Amino acid sequence: MTASATVPVRRRSLGLSRLILGLAALIAALAFGVSVGETVIAPEVIWKTLSNQLFGTDYPLRPIQEGIVWNYRLTRAIVAAACGAGLAVSGVVLQALLRNALADPYILGISAGASTGAVLVMVLGIGAGALSLSVGAFAGGILAFTLVIGLARAAGSGIGLPQAGLIILSGIAGTQLFNALTSFVIAQSANAEQVRGVTFWMMGNMSGVRWPDVRLAVPVSALGVLVCMAHARALDAFTFGAESAVTMGVAVRRTQAVLIGVVTMITATMVSITGAIGFVGLVIPHAARFLVGVRHDRLLPASALIGAVFLVMADVVSRVIVPGQVLPIGVITALVGAPGFAVILIRGRRQRA
Amino acid sequence: MIRLEEASWRAGQTAIVRDIALHVRRGETFGLVGPNGSGKSTVLRLVAGVLTPSTGRVRLDGIDQTRLSRRRAARMVAFVAQQADTAERVTVRDAVELGRTPWLSMLRPFGPGDDRIVAHALARVGMSDKAGRYWQGLSGGERQRVHLARALAQEPRILLLDEPTNHLDIHQQLSILRLVRKLEVTALVALHDLNQALECDRVGVMQAGRLVACGPPAEILTPDLIARVFAVRANYLTDPADGHRLIRFALSED
Repeated sequence: MTASATVPVRRRSLGLSRLILGLAALIAALAFGVSVGETVIAPEVIWKTLSNQLFGTDYPLRPIQEGIVWNYRLTRAIVAAACGAGLAVSGVVLQALLRNALADPYILGISAGASTGAVLVMVLGIGAGALSLSVGAFAGGILAFTLVIGLARAAGSGIGLPQAGLIILSGIAGTQLFNALTSFVIAQSANAEQVRGVTFWMMGNMSGVRWPDVRLAVPVSALGVLVCMAHARALDAFTFGAESAVTMGVAVRRTQAVLIGVVTMITATMVSITGAIGFVGLVIPHAARFLVGVRHDRLLPASALIGAVFLVMADVVSRVIVPGQVLPIGVITALVGAPGFAVILIRGRRQRA
Repeated sequence: MIRLEEASWRAGQTAIVRDIALHVRRGETFGLVGPNGSGKSTVLRLVAGVLTPSTGRVRLDGIDQTRLSRRRAARMVAFVAQQADTAERVTVRDAVELGRTPWLSMLRPFGPGDDRIVAHALARVGMSDKAGRYWQGLSGGERQRVHLARALAQEPRILLLDEPTNHLDIHQQLSILRLVRKLEVTALVALHDLNQALECDRVGVMQAGRLVACGPPAEILTPDLIARVFAVRANYLTDPADGHRLIRFALSED
């Protein structure tokens, strides 16, 4: 991009038309997610089901079909959207706070820690019910992230934020450790059926998603995105580092604590519902930057929308790519995400050169 | 305006700066000189509020820096650090707009007034025509000027500059220093070049974490003091063209 005399036209209006376009894409993706699946269901049936459930109309429908649409597909699609939005925004926030293009909840070990926490609750039965699963995941995620940051700082200078490479290496170590812990817990205490279930869940899996999960995922995701949006300007101020943010009036420690808490909350909630889904938090923010630039007041909503659409579509692909079988959604995001990761690495090298 | 009262800062057990007592008056351009590692940057970071004194106090307009909210402090003081880089694809204008951060909130979004302040700051450092350029495409000198514009957009009463003339060619060095002197702010500037320090209203000399001398440059920067602090021989020469005095250096061994 030759940045010569072409001063870009200012788009302070936040691009309302783009926002509407994004929302339309999200609704289209949700509709697509509800329509596509192993059982072919006529669009008319889908439409009538939604009408029956939402507006109390009374179209006669076969209960099985109505059940598939309302309880299985729609819940999956909504949770996928919430999850995609939440993870993408988490990636944006971590990349800004750590000033690292490779940061995301998966790579930094938050997802692995959350998995360990959730598995402890699931297998050992510490507490019970959906909430305690998320609480376990949250505790595990916070613990993992604290360890990763601690390790990176210990390995670095000791003052300020660690170097870019160190934090990623620490994240890898943390991920390995917590995945090993998870395997250990499973091997020690789970029966064969639990092992199968947990293994499938760990790869990122949407099959078990029902309405209670929607009622957990959507508010957490929405709240998370709103809190991050409220910090958009503070995140911008991190452009030249935390010290520079301090001198521009940002309460850096408070901002870091709040936002890392929010990111961990989002990640833990999503992990407790769907298992660890990788690469969404990494690749989507870069795609969004490519479209709307680096300013967070535009980047955060754009990432949320793109992440939501992406994960709904990934879920559809995971259901139809192998006939008669549902792949873990994590497999699909990794198939897209790993090459994306490679592209970011290569571009990063070019920028440093 | 800026007052350090016996301020010290320790990293672990090591004292980086010790018992700094310094008063910078309103509107003055104060130069801070000293060898590498003598603590100049640390003093600036104490005043900026990036570091908190281990003992002693930093007062801005009589208020203890630690009692100011970050926002209020940032409306008062702007800091141009020695090196602040980014890998983000920000434009020059994006970077300068960051300076408005302490003045904005959710209820007070970026408006036309802020646009004017940003445009004015860009103009003052001569970067108006490059507002749309990306950071990665800028030279070291241009980056330094963008940081200065960002600091000006903060509309501070106090400007802290850490070796602002590094990376600059000689023309840019002179024009940055002239600009800083012309600004109606109190400026505390860490400098390497003692001849540039001669142009300041007053100078402070740092050595091994202490402030060893403070006053008008012509009185303070004596050959004797320069020999003690910088371990070089210094001679004052007079430019026959205009009578301006400048310092010539040589290694003391010679």
